[in-house]
Amino acid sequence: MLLKHAEDPALRTIAGYKGYGGYATLEKAYREMEAGEVLKELEDSGLRGRGGAGFSMGKKASFLPRGEVDKYLCCNADESEPGAFKDRELMQRNPHQLIEGIAIASLAADIGHAFIFIRGEYDLQADILDEAVAEAYEAGYLGKDILGSHRDLELVVHRGAGAYICGEETALLDALEGKRGNPRLKPPFPAVQGLYGGPTLINNVETLSNVPHIVAHGAEWFKGFGTEQSPGTKVVSISGGVRRPGNYEIELGIPTRELIYGLAGGPREGREIKAFYPGGSSSPVLTAEEGLDLPYSFEAMAEAGSMLGSGSIIVADDRVSIPHMALRTARFYHHESCGKCTPCREGTNWTVKMLERVVRGEATPMDLDIISSVQENIIGHCLCVLGDSMAMPVSAMVRKFRPEFEAVIEAGQAVAV
Amino acid sequence: MSQEVNAKLPVDQALTEGRVPGRAEEGIPELHEVGCPPELQQQIETLMSRYPDRKSASIPALWAVQRLYGWCTPEGIRQAAAVMKVTPAYLESVASFYDLLHTDPVGAHKVAVCTNISCWMRGGDELLDAFRAAAAGKDAEIFVTGFECLGACDLAPMASIDERYFGPLEAADAGAAIGQIESGAEVLPEKALAKRPLPGGPDA
Repeated sequence: MLLKHAEDPALRTIAGYKGYGGYATLEKAYREMEAGEVLKELEDSGLRGRGGAGFSMGKKASFLPRGEVDKYLCCNADESEPGAFKDRELMQRNPHQLIEGIAIASLAADIGHAFIFIRGEYDLQADILDEAVAEAYEAGYLGKDILGSHRDLELVVHRGAGAYICGEETALLDALEGKRGNPRLKPPFPAVQGLYGGPTLINNVETLSNVPHIVAHGAEWFKGFGTEQSPGTKVVSISGGVRRPGNYEIELGIPTRELIYGLAGGPREGREIKAFYPGGSSSPVLTAEEGLDLPYSFEAMAEAGSMLGSGSIIVADDRVSIPHMALRTARFYHHESCGKCTPCREGTNWTVKMLERVVRGEATPMDLDIISSVQENIIGHCLCVLGDSMAMPVSAMVRKFRPEFEAVIEAGQAVAV
Repeated sequence: MSQEVNAKLPVDQALTEGRVPGRAEEGIPELHEVGCPPELQQQIETLMSRYPDRKSASIPALWAVQRLYGWCTPEGIRQAAAVMKVTPAYLESVASFYDLLHTDPVGAHKVAVCTNISCWMRGGDELLDAFRAAAAGKDAEIFVTGFECLGACDLAPMASIDERYFGPLEAADAGAAIGQIESGAEVLPEKALAKRPLPGGPDA
């Protein structure tokens, strides 16, 4: 659905996109549909947010108050979670699908001003979006009085400047307002008080890219894909120790084994899969035994004590040292912690220091319990989930691979990578 | 940054040499004081006009400054501040938060090598070493740094060179890329993400 025709470079242009039927749904929605009708279709579809939290997209949109007030839509294109690279592909290959989705979602929630907050590193994709937005303005799909509907929509592509925290929705709002990207206290939630104090709908690139398809074919059609609780398709990014790393669009609920072995080609020559992150670096790792035979869906991953998150699988094969992988993970979150909340700022810092001791061969067995207790004291104690995003995978690694950590500690020697 | 303490200054300022404001409290500079190039002024004014609140143009304005001067120079920040009618301290506080905005001098060409999980598993650290070795002694022109996940794990190990992605790379590519940057040739044309024909990663 989302990656259809993605191999055609012409898809990037408005002519190419329209050649495959693009913008027909926008035309139908703006000319023939009421906002409430569009919103109902989105709610009925059961589309869950593809950015990580998996919250119902239609429900989120329905939280925005009605009436005459400046409302905003922010497309979260700050994809910075290690292991995630699906939004990059969607924006690079099919920018108009996203723009059409934004325009239709804006109609549903009666929004007049939209932004795409794209991470600064995605310069190529931002250039592509800039061009596509200009084309859409020229064609009358954006701007004043779209297709004679008396509705206006301004769309601005806003480039960030390198900060993982800006993918957190309230930090994204601060960054878009021209500040340092620090998360805000919730509530108030952005749907009530967001950008410039106005009600704001924040959705991920992939979520919004689904919108034209749902409105074109209807909620029932959409629910025909995937599982009851995870309807639709999902673009899954697979990387690490596999033969064919890349983005694969699947129906949610297929066996994880089929994804990793079938689509991504399985482990490289002579290697075996040891563990994997099922939903980006912030998801608790699953061992091969516990995870490979689970269906790949929001609910199955949650039941296994992990999460589907952004749908990014990082595979660790048998040559990967888990203590080193834990350290890499912790270092990332330590670097990206904004420093606002103490448990995250201090907890990420001390976790890195302790894991460094482990891999240098200077730790004692007691350190593992201290590492675990630090993780427990981070989870749920901060304004946003950045700290939790380190604590969850690190504590899972220490718990599930404790013998490997203990062996490293007992050897008392630095571990080679 | 020098750690020599200037005894004449209060302690908190004495340790921030080079960052001490010219006046005790610098307000919003006047445009005529800062010598802002007209193109930069025009760019920032256009940027401000795109947002309901002019402050939203802070990051885009700092990008414009960095493009013009190679990094966010104190003079460039004052020029942007004068156009935006905010204090230079405000813009500096924004610039210092973000990894891609440089408040210290760096080479105009920028190489960021990903060292996060997926790239690390496939040799990201070794690639970074190779780039550092190839660019040794050329700091004035080429800035090489390790970087957190760039969102291209399908290309692992990979690097962003002057804001474009390349991968999967081998250590030998580093020397070639640095040579191409220096001679102004097209960088690693075979390895550019922009030229990949199909979505997804390389074939097995």
